[in-house]
Amino acid sequence: MSVAVREAPIVKPDAPAAVNDFAINVATANGSGSQTSNGVLLRALFKMGIPINGKNLFPSNIQGLPTWYIIRLSKDGFLARREMTDVQVCMNGRTVAEDMERVAPGGIVLYDDSLPVANRRKDVTYYPMPVKDLVKDAKVPRALRDYVANMVYVGVLAELLGIEPAEIEAALLHHFEGKEKAAGLNMEMVQHAIDWASQNVVQHEGYRIERMTGFNEGKILVDGNTAGALGALAGGLSLASWYPITPSSSMAEAVEKYAPALRTDPDTGKATVAVIQAEDELAAIGMVVGAGWTGARAMTCTSGPGISLMSEFAGLAYFAEVPAVIWDIQRMGPSTGLPTRTSQGDILAAYYCGHGDTKHVVLFPADPAECFEFGRTAFDLAEALQTLVFVLSDLDLGMNSHISEPFEYTDAPFKRGKVLSAEDLEERQGSWGRYMDVDGDGVAYRTLPGTRHNMAAYFTRGTGHNEYGYYSERPEDWEQNLERLKRKFETARQLAPRPVLDEVEGAQIGIISLGSNHDGVEEARARLEATMVSTNYLRLRALPIDDSVRTFIDQNTTVFVVEANSDGQLHTVLTTEEPAQALKLVSLAKCDGLPLSARYIVEEIQLAMEEELI
Amino acid sequence: MSTRTRTEGAAKRAARPAKTNRIGLEKTSYRGRPSTLCKGCGHDSISQRIVNAAWEMGLDQTQVVKLSGIGCSSKTPAYYLGWSHGFNSLHGRMPSVATGAIVANSSLEVIGVSGDGDTASIGIGQFKHAVRRNLPLIYIVENNGVYGLTKGQFSATADEGQFLKYQGVNDLPPLDICMEALTANATFIARSFAGDMKQLEALLKAAINHRGIAVLDIVSPCVTFNNHDTSTKSYGFGRANEIRLHDLNFVPEFEEIEIEDYEDEVEVELHDGGSIVLKKIDPDHDPKDRTAAYNVIQQSLDEKKLITGLLYINEEEPTLTELLNLTDTPLTHLPDEKLRPSREALEGVMATLA
Repeated sequence: MSVAVREAPIVKPDAPAAVNDFAINVATANGSGSQTSNGVLLRALFKMGIPINGKNLFPSNIQGLPTWYIIRLSKDGFLARREMTDVQVCMNGRTVAEDMERVAPGGIVLYDDSLPVANRRKDVTYYPMPVKDLVKDAKVPRALRDYVANMVYVGVLAELLGIEPAEIEAALLHHFEGKEKAAGLNMEMVQHAIDWASQNVVQHEGYRIERMTGFNEGKILVDGNTAGALGALAGGLSLASWYPITPSSSMAEAVEKYAPALRTDPDTGKATVAVIQAEDELAAIGMVVGAGWTGARAMTCTSGPGISLMSEFAGLAYFAEVPAVIWDIQRMGPSTGLPTRTSQGDILAAYYCGHGDTKHVVLFPADPAECFEFGRTAFDLAEALQTLVFVLSDLDLGMNSHISEPFEYTDAPFKRGKVLSAEDLEERQGSWGRYMDVDGDGVAYRTLPGTRHNMAAYFTRGTGHNEYGYYSERPEDWEQNLERLKRKFETARQLAPRPVLDEVEGAQIGIISLGSNHDGVEEARARLEATMVSTNYLRLRALPIDDSVRTFIDQNTTVFVVEANSDGQLHTVLTTEEPAQALKLVSLAKCDGLPLSARYIVEEIQLAMEEELI
Repeated sequence: MSTRTRTEGAAKRAARPAKTNRIGLEKTSYRGRPSTLCKGCGHDSISQRIVNAAWEMGLDQTQVVKLSGIGCSSKTPAYYLGWSHGFNSLHGRMPSVATGAIVANSSLEVIGVSGDGDTASIGIGQFKHAVRRNLPLIYIVENNGVYGLTKGQFSATADEGQFLKYQGVNDLPPLDICMEALTANATFIARSFAGDMKQLEALLKAAINHRGIAVLDIVSPCVTFNNHDTSTKSYGFGRANEIRLHDLNFVPEFEEIEIEDYEDEVEVELHDGGSIVLKKIDPDHDPKDRTAAYNVIQQSLDEKKLITGLLYINEEEPTLTELLNLTDTPLTHLPDEKLRPSREALEGVMATLA
């Protein structure tokens, strides 16, 4: 066994330790069980009260390709992706060289001592871990050794940085859902690594983890896909149909996982929600449209390629005016390549999805609590407006774990919109028109199949109907219908979730952003504030935009539109819809597959200021 | 020769009380809007058979839903059952819309109408998956082997070697709807001919009573683009080459079995209590025998004969809605409190995430 050891002098022994304020990057091979070890690390830190965020950068692969897990600890609660790594764990020989390069000066590298390590840096402290020997020595059955090898770095990190072993044990029990044997086996390995490190590793004073209070109390740790699934289940979901696609699959799987506990009828023991794995995305959205037309709350979840396949149905739902909900957990571009990397590249595709003149309501949740809320809001809007509603999340929000307030229960009645019952029809003596704008808000009345009245029925088509739903190819009929749909869109503008504004007195610079960029934007604003640059912030929560967006742009001299795509898609929408103010809007669009960092936003804004664009 | 004038005849008819069905409705109540299809189109005959079958069975139209894809056949739901909701959806995608509607409200009787292009070409995937799920749906294919609305292109059921004016010769073998249904484990497969009123009505009634998916492949000649006698989807061919497997009679649960002089009868009991009575002709065909069904379909292909009747039935397999174990009350009828968790249940989940 190698007796170790610290292989380089600590560079800044006099500097105070960074306590609960640094980033750990764990490099492993996909499929090596690191999801368990990393999840356990994150949860143990969460339960120690430390504001943390874990981001999984994983390949499109089942086994073998490199995977990184980045844990950000921030005592101040800034939880965006940090570009710098302070503590690097190297468990993957294929990436060890580049992983070691990434470490910030003064940082730490822990590595499996069987990996080929060349070109040691002088400004970094190295800790070789005798992973193979430690696994061999631990009381773990031979067949299970491969599964627990990653627990070695959990133990060494615990000893080196100060993670409480009791919280690791609790996190293991949580991970294995109370199965003591599995948890115990893993803890055995962790403890063995802790014991080894306590005897053999010289402490590093640069980074410490300490229990703290004031941030995590009462909070939960959850990913956005689970949150959205719970929100839909709490919001009246009756049918979820889906086709597997990363990064949305875990949302449908969460619906399946939680449906028995949340949606079993206590009186009959039967299900009040159906989940169907469809043969493709076309069938998935077709089922949603069929169910929505019949009066049920239905949704599908997918990602960009699925949106493309669903676009014909999206157009049909828009023109036939059928409530439907699509969750788009955005990822990078088409086909294979980067399906496991985050992006916000579907904004335009979703907003204009379909053929003919279509514009849809699109919601942008920023965190798990908002995913939960929009799980229901999307249905309320879809039924109130009798239309398709998109919810645009992304891989970072959807698949990574975030600290969140617990989700709020509400038993407020569902907003079912304008539905005529048999009694309503009797009162009207059967006189009604499916596409007639009785109230002037563009939203007509509908009846549901199965309504027991012989005047309830109407015939649904995409285009080509008059106010009564009868077949018509008259230009006047169709033009009137399109005018009404425009009025309906104005109603949507009023009903959609309003932007969240944070204005600072005297600030002249505005930032408009959406979704999961929130963490990065907030941290960037704090850093800019520290350099005496104040910013106003409008977080857009939906399209179509409302008047407050125009006012916001009006009140700032320059507005940066921050988004995680390459074309500046939100910027395109805003310049199109607010052409008079287009020159004030500066696009900050970045698409590299990673969640936006505060550094990018700060540097871009500072650069713009230096170039006197502001 | 009668000396009675036309007017007298009409007056006499008017004086006679109109015939009503068991829920007190005249047959005219089951009509839809006027057809816009070509005169003589087989599809209009099928629509009329649907009207007759629904009226005779006394279906409550408000509990029926008519769905279709795109094409001539898919326009027809507007032409029958005017008190039923209808949805002319997307090309080849009727099965998925039907799936959503049925899961949402399992008490509805859902009739899906499609064509050969809609089912065997663009929609073959959704067709086979709906069949595989044993969706409780009456799936009617109005099969004429040609695209009508886009003016005469071959569909996937067109005969090999067939000639069309603008397309020339079709050199690909056809997909057989019944064979596709059988390999996808359909639980009710029948073939009929739009011109065979009695058989078609009996099959429609049996399909309505079947618990799972009922696939009806109905050869329905296109009078405009594909009514040459050389085509297996023409009136001439149908009349000359139709071989009925059985004489069929459907007996609804509310009627006693009363059939004239049938020998070698087989009675197949259906889910809703009705039954279909088959009088064997030639050859002996047991519709509960999957292999026999395969052989009949293959024979039909080999001999280029239109073998019609109930090819296969299986009343045992669970339907999609049964497998989903949903509440007996349709999901669309559940009150809000049944469509969301209790406060305690959600708090229980929150506790596991804390």
